[in-house]
Amino acid sequence: MAALDMPELEVREGVDRETIETVASMGSYKYGWDTEIEMDYAPKGVSEDIVRLISQRNEEPEWMTEWRLAAFRRWQTMAEPRWAMLNYPEIDYQDQYYYARPKSMAVKPKSLDEVDPKLLATYEKLGIPLREQAILAGIEGAVGTPAEGRRVAVDAVFDSVSVGTTFQAELARAGVIFCSISEAIRNHPELVRKYLGSVVPQSDNYFATLNSAVFSDGSFVYIPPGVRCPMELSTYFRINAENTGQFERTLIIADKGSYVSYLEGCTAPKRDVAQLHAAVVEIVVLEDAEVKYSTVQNWYPGDEQGRGGIYNFVTKRADCREARAKVMWTQVETGSAITWKYPSCILRGDESQGEFYSIAITNNAQQADTGTKMIHLGKNTRSRIVSKGISAGRAQNTYRGLVTMHPRATNSRNYTQCDSLLIGDKCGAHTVPYIEVKNTSSRVEHEATTSKVDEDQLFYCRARGMDEEEAVALVVNGFCRDVLQALPMEFAMEAQSLVAISLEGSVG
Amino acid sequence: MLEIHDLHVKLEDEDKQILKGVTLRVPAGEVHAIMGPNGSGKSTTSYVLAGRDGYVVTQGTATLNGQDLLAMEPEARAAAGLFLAFQYPVEIPGVGNMTFLRTAVNAQRKARGEAELSAGEFLKLVREKAKALDIDAEMLKRPVNVGFSGGEKKRNEILQMAMLEPTMCILDETDSGLDVDAMRLVADGVNALRSPERAFLVITHYQRLLDHIRPDVVHIMAEGRIVKSGGPELALEVEQNGYADILAEVADA
Ligand SMILES: Nc1ncnc2c1ncn2[C@@H]1O[C@H](COP(=O)(O)OP(=O)(O)OP(=O)(O)O)[C@@H](O)[C@H]1O
Ligand SMILES: [Mg+2]
Repeated sequence: MAALDMPELEVREGVDRETIETVASMGSYKYGWDTEIEMDYAPKGVSEDIVRLISQRNEEPEWMTEWRLAAFRRWQTMAEPRWAMLNYPEIDYQDQYYYARPKSMAVKPKSLDEVDPKLLATYEKLGIPLREQAILAGIEGAVGTPAEGRRVAVDAVFDSVSVGTTFQAELARAGVIFCSISEAIRNHPELVRKYLGSVVPQSDNYFATLNSAVFSDGSFVYIPPGVRCPMELSTYFRINAENTGQFERTLIIADKGSYVSYLEGCTAPKRDVAQLHAAVVEIVVLEDAEVKYSTVQNWYPGDEQGRGGIYNFVTKRADCREARAKVMWTQVETGSAITWKYPSCILRGDESQGEFYSIAITNNAQQADTGTKMIHLGKNTRSRIVSKGISAGRAQNTYRGLVTMHPRATNSRNYTQCDSLLIGDKCGAHTVPYIEVKNTSSRVEHEATTSKVDEDQLFYCRARGMDEEEAVALVVNGFCRDVLQALPMEFAMEAQSLVAISLEGSVG
Repeated sequence: MLEIHDLHVKLEDEDKQILKGVTLRVPAGEVHAIMGPNGSGKSTTSYVLAGRDGYVVTQGTATLNGQDLLAMEPEARAAAGLFLAFQYPVEIPGVGNMTFLRTAVNAQRKARGEAELSAGEFLKLVREKAKALDIDAEMLKRPVNVGFSGGEKKRNEILQMAMLEPTMCILDETDSGLDVDAMRLVADGVNALRSPERAFLVITHYQRLLDHIRPDVVHIMAEGRIVKSGGPELALEVEQNGYADILAEVADA
């Protein structure tokens, strides 16, 4: 590979840390600080050379490079979709970096002990455990329940690369493979070749196709037949570099009769210039297997005027490929300036089940167009959608959902509950349901409500001593309860406080 | 403790005067009752004191221990020791009763510069207070007031009062809709809190509650004013004869 004519990596300095921290501490976004660290960047923009360079940096085999190039060629013929209820300036795809790697990661550390302490400190500051220990969680809501020790394996992705993955040895003993996708491409090519692009094809949509060409890292999970994954798995995505897009790719395969709960978290520093994040998550669920995928999305939302923030264009899809496969998406979307995201379920296997629980909060100038697709292909399939959209400030929040019952999907059921809550009178909430039923024995139920935050409830809380923001947070958390309950315990607590934080400044 | 002077209040959205010069003084350690016909302005008085939106004070003052209540946010009034047991307690779906209580207790402690209660301390306290009011663990877990019976809602208000230990307690028809036993529990709850530092303003239509909570003074409100004040015997008079005589007497004067 080295013989190829590759553009040299250029080096840029990190931004003055103090300036950033001062600015960051002024607003409510807690994760707006950045890490000053020397980075290697690929030259700005995207081209076949850049695609090859990324593939080379990841030491990929030829087939993978070709796969990426095919996607790139396809992408060049496509147009960015504009059907979503989102308003943002044109994205200049050539005016950003597609690959940014900490210099210290040039030689992949063999273990976390060898990782640059600055990177480790970053995750510590974010509250992400990179040491293999149980997390202690004090439990809110269930007062008196003893704090419970729980272990969560973490894959930590920093800009374009995975910094390290914890508990790998212990998981391997159970037969579970949990590693970065770049490692999986090198070490488990048979699995990757078989499943990559099998749920979200290369040409699926503009952003997924771009991702297929330039994805740099992400997580890979394989749970063998009959195995219940011995701990929760998680990936923590951190965008740190400026003017850099993050394109991660996650592939999860739950083999027959297996079970895994997977968590995803994300944050980014405050920057005045918007940054692109275009991820793809593919989940394959085989016979009798079950996957729970939970996201707490807390990318930098931009400032009150709508400057900066992450443009989050994400394609997530699960394929319940065989009978009685089960998948549950739970998402808490509080960050990003723009969210374009529809985690979907293809219910191919007979009696397979898909669930989607969502909280989307938009404040200030944030915009979210999010929802799900439930594609019923198999007989006796079930799906359930519970969506809670909260809008404050000047924000716009759209639920967009598709439910299709194919002719063969007889006796199938969908239930959709879609509630919107408005705080103030300058924001908007929209519900766009698409329903297609092509057989006579299936049933689709859809309920939707839109309401304003109740003044009497707020006054009642305040008369008991809570300030206005605390009152709003409490009432909104109540509104979201059905979804919060679907989250794993420690995530639910984080999500509760995130609801409060993301609504700061929404009243008064 | 509580001093209301010549309070005039109108609605924000329409030009309707509701309170037309309420004057009232409740010294520390005393229990005062307000009685009066429906629509005379009793609840409005309590809402304005607690700081609810929708009313405009056009004249007059209200102070709590010398502090200008009307200039304070509702939560500051609560932290200063004011408590209103609502005539119609509000339902908050999805918010556990316990979570609500704990948030409220800690918010007030924080506002007063006190340390927050730990989960353990809080739990011990709430169990003890709930038991006295015959509120079971199940009710503490349920969402605030959602699906509570009328009487359960009222007992829940008293539980909040017991937890928050306010110094100026206003009870707006807490006795309405209570069965005999629940009335007893509520009265016991109030009596347990009676102390020389604390005062009560009890809005009621019935003598029953006043049998258990002996008031020091009874006021009669009509058409947005306190028209007569007297001892406990005034409540008995109302109970027996209704308001007609009193109102006629006032009109003649
Ligand atoms: N928001 C409002 N809009 C219209 N009218 C109002 C409003 N609030 C109060 N009022 C009117 O003000 C008057 C006083 O009401 P208030 O609730 O204070 O009476 P009350 O003495 O508590 O009566 P009750 O014994 O029936 O509880 C009533 O005529 C009522 O209709
Ligand atoms: Mg009333």
